Amino acid sequence: MAKRIGMEVSLAVAEAVKLANTDVIAAYPITPQTHIVEHLSELVADGELDAAYIPVESEHSAMSSCIGSSAAGARTFTATSSQGLALMNEMIYIAPVLRVPIVLAIANRALSAPINIWNDHSDIMSVRDAGWVSVFAENGQEALDLTLISFRVAEDPEVSLPISMNIDGFTLSHFIEPILIPDQAEVDKYLPPFKPNLKLDIKDPISIGLLGAPECYTEARKATDNILWQSKNHVVKAFDEFNKVFGRQYHVVETYRHEDADTIMLMMGSIAETAMTAVDEMRDNGQKVGLVRIRLWRPFPEEELLASLSKAKHLAIIDRHAILGCSSGPVGLEVKSLLYNSNLKPNASNYIVGLGGRDVTRDDFKYIFEKASSGQVQTRCEFVGVYE
Amino acid sequence: MTKPTIDALAKVGDLPLGFTAKPGSTMDFKTGDWRSVRPILDREKCIHCAFCYYYCPDGVYKDMYDGKDDATKYFQADYDYCKGCGICAQECPKKAITMTLEEV
Ligand code: SF4
Ligand code: SF4
Repeated sequence: MAKRIGMEVSLAVAEAVKLANTDVIAAYPITPQTHIVEHLSELVADGELDAAYIPVESEHSAMSSCIGSSAAGARTFTATSSQGLALMNEMIYIAPVLRVPIVLAIANRALSAPINIWNDHSDIMSVRDAGWVSVFAENGQEALDLTLISFRVAEDPEVSLPISMNIDGFTLSHFIEPILIPDQAEVDKYLPPFKPNLKLDIKDPISIGLLGAPECYTEARKATDNILWQSKNHVVKAFDEFNKVFGRQYHVVETYRHEDADTIMLMMGSIAETAMTAVDEMRDNGQKVGLVRIRLWRPFPEEELLASLSKAKHLAIIDRHAILGCSSGPVGLEVKSLLYNSNLKPNASNYIVGLGGRDVTRDDFKYIFEKASSGQVQTRCEFVGVYE
Repeated sequence: MTKPTIDALAKVGDLPLGFTAKPGSTMDFKTGDWRSVRPILDREKCIHCAFCYYYCPDGVYKDMYDGKDDATKYFQADYDYCKGCGICAQECPKKAITMTLEEV
C-alpha cells in the first residue's frame, strides 16, 4: 500500500526515480536542483538503487552521457536548473532528433544576469523550441507522479523522446509536503522495463548523431515535429493508465471554477495553488473568475486550451518569463497566436509575474483580475508590480 | 501553385528512427564530390613509405604494390572519397604529392 509521508519535494522526485528502477543517472549539482541528485547519489551509494551514478564535470557532459546511455538501452535520468540547463543547451537540441528517451527534472530557476538562484521559468523557456515533451507540476504529489509518468511517456515505443518535468525551484522543490509514496509493485505494474526500439549494439551496429545535409535536415526536423505532436495522445494515455493504477487523474490542461467565469487567468506551475485560493476569495465576493493551468506545455495542447477558453470574455495570460524586446512572454505569445486562428476572441492581455523568485501573492492575482476584467486590452505585456 | 521541387534524400516518413545509419552507408555516396583540390602523385619521387596511407583522415589511399613489380610500389588516392584536405601532400617526406586545382 502507498504511504503518505511528509517529504521534501526534491526527495520525492528522487524516490520516484528510484521506484522507476532507473539504470543511469548522470548529473551535476546546481541550486535549486541539487537535493534531487544528492539524494539519488546516496540511494546508489547505499545500494538502495542499483544504478550507475555518473558524477560528470558539467551539465554539458551530463546530457551527453544521458544521450549515450539512453542510446545504449538504459533507463536514464538527470536533473538541472538555470545556468546548468543553459550549459546543456547544445545537447538538449540533439536528444529529440536522435529519439533517445531521457527524463530531465528541472527545478526552474531564473537565468543570470543579475545572478539569481530563485524561481521563474526563464531556464526552460530558453530550450522550449528543442523538441522535448514538457510538463509542469503544481505540487509535490504531482512532481512525484509526473516523474513516473515521464518515464512511461518518454519510453513509449511510439514516442521515444526526451521529456522535461518542471518543478518551481525552492517554492516547490524545497517544500515539505504530505506525499503519497506508491509501493514498488504498483510502480512495476505501471512502468514496464525499458525496451528501446533503437539501440546501440555491437552485434548490429548503427551510427547515431549523423550529419544532415540540406537534402535531409528539413525532413529530419519535420519528422521530429510530427512525432512530438503525436506524443500528446500518448501523454493522455499515460495519464489515464496512471489513474487506473494509482487513482489520480491528470489532464493536459487543468481547470478550476472556469465553467461560468467571464474572466480566466491562465498560467503554469505552482503559482496556480495560490491562484486557486485567490479565485475562491474573489468568488466569495461574487466575481466570476476561473483558472486554467497548462500541465503539458510541449506539445502545445491546442484543442484542450481552446475548449477551456470557449466561454471566456476576458483572459489574463500569466508568464513567469519575459522575452525581452517582445510584446509577450512565451505563454502569452502562444495562447494569443492560438486564439488568432480560432473564432474565440476574448480580451487577452499578458502579465509577467514572479521573476527571479519574487513572491506571487493572492493580491497579485486580484490586481490582475481587476485589470483583465475591465476589458481593456494591453498590447504589450505588463510587468506586474515592477517598481519604476 | 506548384510545390517547389527539391533535391531531398528521403521522405519524412522514410527516415530511419533517430536519424541513424547502418555501417558502410557512405559506399552509397561519393563523398569526395565537394573537393576543390586533388592530390596528384609524382611516382618518380615516391619511396613507398606509406605516410600518405596512414595520415589520410579518410583512409582513401590504397597500396598498389603487387609484391613483384617495383613499378607498382606506390599508393593511389580514391578520388570518389578523397576530400582534398592536403594532409597527405603536407606529410609526404619526398614532396611527391602536389595539390592541384580541380577542373570545373
Ligand atoms: S587530400 Fe586528404 S583526403 Fe585526399 S588523399 Fe590526401 S589526405 Fe586523403
Ligand atoms: S607519403 Fe609520399 S613518399 Fe610516402 S608513400 Fe605516400 S606519396 Fe610515397
